[in-house]
Amino acid sequence: MTTPLLELKDLRVGFKDAEGNWAEAVCGIDLSLDPGKVLGIVGESGSGKSVAMMAFLQLLPSGARVDGHARFMGEELIGMPASRIRRIRGKDIGCVFQDPLTAFNPVIPIGKQIAEAIRLHDRSVSQRDAIKEAERLLEMVSIPQPARRVRQYPHEFSGGMRQRAMIAMALANRPRLIIADEPTTALDVTVQAQILDLLVDLRKELDIGLVLITHDLGVVSGIADEIAVMYSGRVVERGATEPIFYETAHPYTSALIGAVPTIDEAKPLDPIEGTPPSIFARPPGCSFAPRCKRAQDKCRSNDPALEFQGATASACHFPMNGAFRAEIQ
Amino acid sequence: MTELVSSSDAVKRARFNGLKWLMRRLPLTSKIGAAILLFWIIAVLTVSFWPIDDPLAMVGRRLQPPSGDYWLGTDALGRDVLSRTLHGSVWSIPIAFVVVFCAVVIGSAMGAVAGFFGGWWDSIIMRLVDVTVSFPPILLAMAVAAMLGPGLANASIAMVIVWWPIYARLMRAQVLEMRERDHVEAAVAGGAGPFRVLTIHVLPLCWTPTLINATMDFGQVVLLAASLSFIGLGATPPSPEWGSMISEGAARFYNWWIAFGPGMAILSVVLASSFLGDGLRDVFDRRST
Amino acid sequence: MLAYVIKRLIAIPFLLLGVASVSFMLSQMTKGDPLAALVPERMMSNTEVVAAVKAEWGLDKPLPVRYAAYLGNLVQGDLGTSFATRRPVAADIAQRLPATLELVVCAMIVGTTLGLSLGLLSAKYRGSVVDSLARMVALVGSSLPIFWSGLILLYLFSVRLSIVPGTGRLPARVDPPPDVTGFYTIDSLIAGDLSLFLQSIAHLALPAFVLGWAVTGIITRLVRSSLIEGMAQDYARTARAKGAPEHVVLINHALPNAMIPLLTILGFTFAYLITGAVLTEAIFSWPGIGSYAVRAASSLDYPAIGGVTIVGSVAFLLANLLTDIGYAWANPRIRVH
Repeated sequence: MTTPLLELKDLRVGFKDAEGNWAEAVCGIDLSLDPGKVLGIVGESGSGKSVAMMAFLQLLPSGARVDGHARFMGEELIGMPASRIRRIRGKDIGCVFQDPLTAFNPVIPIGKQIAEAIRLHDRSVSQRDAIKEAERLLEMVSIPQPARRVRQYPHEFSGGMRQRAMIAMALANRPRLIIADEPTTALDVTVQAQILDLLVDLRKELDIGLVLITHDLGVVSGIADEIAVMYSGRVVERGATEPIFYETAHPYTSALIGAVPTIDEAKPLDPIEGTPPSIFARPPGCSFAPRCKRAQDKCRSNDPALEFQGATASACHFPMNGAFRAEIQ
Repeated sequence: MTELVSSSDAVKRARFNGLKWLMRRLPLTSKIGAAILLFWIIAVLTVSFWPIDDPLAMVGRRLQPPSGDYWLGTDALGRDVLSRTLHGSVWSIPIAFVVVFCAVVIGSAMGAVAGFFGGWWDSIIMRLVDVTVSFPPILLAMAVAAMLGPGLANASIAMVIVWWPIYARLMRAQVLEMRERDHVEAAVAGGAGPFRVLTIHVLPLCWTPTLINATMDFGQVVLLAASLSFIGLGATPPSPEWGSMISEGAARFYNWWIAFGPGMAILSVVLASSFLGDGLRDVFDRRST
Repeated sequence: MLAYVIKRLIAIPFLLLGVASVSFMLSQMTKGDPLAALVPERMMSNTEVVAAVKAEWGLDKPLPVRYAAYLGNLVQGDLGTSFATRRPVAADIAQRLPATLELVVCAMIVGTTLGLSLGLLSAKYRGSVVDSLARMVALVGSSLPIFWSGLILLYLFSVRLSIVPGTGRLPARVDPPPDVTGFYTIDSLIAGDLSLFLQSIAHLALPAFVLGWAVTGIITRLVRSSLIEGMAQDYARTARAKGAPEHVVLINHALPNAMIPLLTILGFTFAYLITGAVLTEAIFSWPGIGSYAVRAASSLDYPAIGGVTIVGSVAFLLANLLTDIGYAWANPRIRVH
């Protein structure tokens, strides 16, 4: 058995509110990703999906408390000294953020920012060579006229181009893993698909593992090897992509699938009513119960654990898959 | 009758609780600032009863360095510098109060009219503001004070002229923002006259930034007043005004202690008012921090 | 960007007209008799002089005509004649301007350097003793009466410690370098006189420090808050995700962004610098416009006061214009468009 590229065990992230109460934004999640594979993490905003990823990279604001384990190629990241994790960030793990406009420094030319990513990990490279390399990277992500583009500022790029540059920057040091946090959300619909294709092609070409964080199940459907669905700080369903879609166990996943617009079926969109609970006021029992059409008394008192129930692992007292689903119908 | 008494008691209690609430939230530096300002205000009101030497009388030998008898030494005429410094507050503090008050009243009135009525009123008043702030403050104050003739009253007028535009801009911005609020539009729709809307519905909500700014400016006014006196445009020599005391000290700066006391006094007021103003801004006006 | 600067440029003549009008009003207000602003009291009995002045300024004519004459003189650079020096005010000011500029420029360098360093320190060690100390040093600087701190520091460093020379731009019996720029530091270097250069630097050091310290407070406060804000921005997170250590994020990412708001307040600090220069020059016997203004104000030399006020306002407006242009230039988002 190979060592997983990334393995999270009981990862917890706590924040303090203004009154000093602690609350967990991520309440103990387990995930793992093998080298060269794609893991999609899906959930509404506030489900803790980005927080969990930023947590083991130690990129959260200093007020956050992180517990549990996160191993990257077998090496524990939680509690790792800042000087050591700095050598992993940007070198072995690259990040692509949601809004490339704010994620780039507005007063520094793009080329210089990419060059910095290279030189931070290899000081033997001269600034000149690093800019040349930045140019090559821009070319790799299909940005036309890279020699001119390296000298330009972020605001001179279009949204799609900026995100391409961001991907180029994440790839600068040939990382083993890329964490893409809603990489297409801030973009025009027309360029979303291009950016996704680019990300997936390059990943395959360079044999890089990818964690793709998104609120849109449709985004990961054709890309991910595995999918984890998060709700209110927990993984509520996890499994290979196919069964997640075709043997859905958790009502929340099912609702998310219902919210994916499809072209071939002319069925109306089925939005999920209500909003996720605040992390400071979670209901007892299953966090999804207040919004779940199938919720029963047990759901409101007992919190279900994540366990295999059919083809996927799910955290639900009344999973929808297999025989159970038939029984209900 | 009893009802009336109890309700006024309630008001008093509410005020007291408000003060307690404020004190709980103010940072330590602001409390120190408030204490220093309180000290000077008490000094202004009671200094003539304090058991200290007459600030105008020759009480010791000339130009004595600080000693057990004269903590801050004596000046060229053998007057006690400490006593003169404490008495100096009687000049500097009330003047700063008056100047800030007049600048706030005039500036706010102008700003409120400009913001509320707009149009020509706005253009004329704001152009006047633009021109006034085109002058470096001290030069304008010097020019006005010199043209009016030396003296504290004229220096005060000069300072009001320098300061009112700040409050005009502040109040105008506030009024413009408040004018859009629902309750103001409701009052206008309800047929209330413009003066009534302005005074009853708009202005009471606009004071916070003005008061915070006024607190911070208080020290700056003390500073400018002392500067004008130092130059010879404010208080005239026998009076123990801080700026003119430093001016006397500058003439004999080998006897450094003559200027030391008044300088520290000015520093304490300026620091105190910016400490207090900072704290008030943090408590009341989070947007601007 | 061009449109922005042009808009500012168009406003300037109007503001200058306003400044001139206010100055004219002030000169007319003088003790009810504008003549008092133009003729020294002891010359009032000299009918010839009075008639000449009246003719020159058109005082025998109605107010609008006088106003026009005043503006006409201004446009020709005529600011009247000083009572005290008996020379044209414009010539006096021109002669003293370099001294003030040299002082103000050096103070600006001192203030910006100090403010940036203190701001960086307090942002880097936010919440620690270093932070409080740096902010305190900055705050005290802007709260000190400059005419007092100058005095005390002069006594301490010149009289007691003899580290710096006394007042003035050069020692009493030393001739200034041949006049090229009017800046003694630069002119002495042009003349190749190193000892003169060192002497002028030594004389400049303390007043420039006193004046620079006064603006340190504003700069420190702004730099600190911009840096702290910058460190919480997305681009700072990106830099960290690239593997940048905190000090690299601070210096390479937050600092360049903090320079933009810094430029916008340099014009504002200029107001403080003018105020400070007037008082600093008075303390250090610096032969610039500030000490000229103080002398004029205390001896009620009205034409000189009026002249200094107008020149000061022009300088102030220019400084603000330069700030606007500098801001537009420094901000790539504005520069291009």
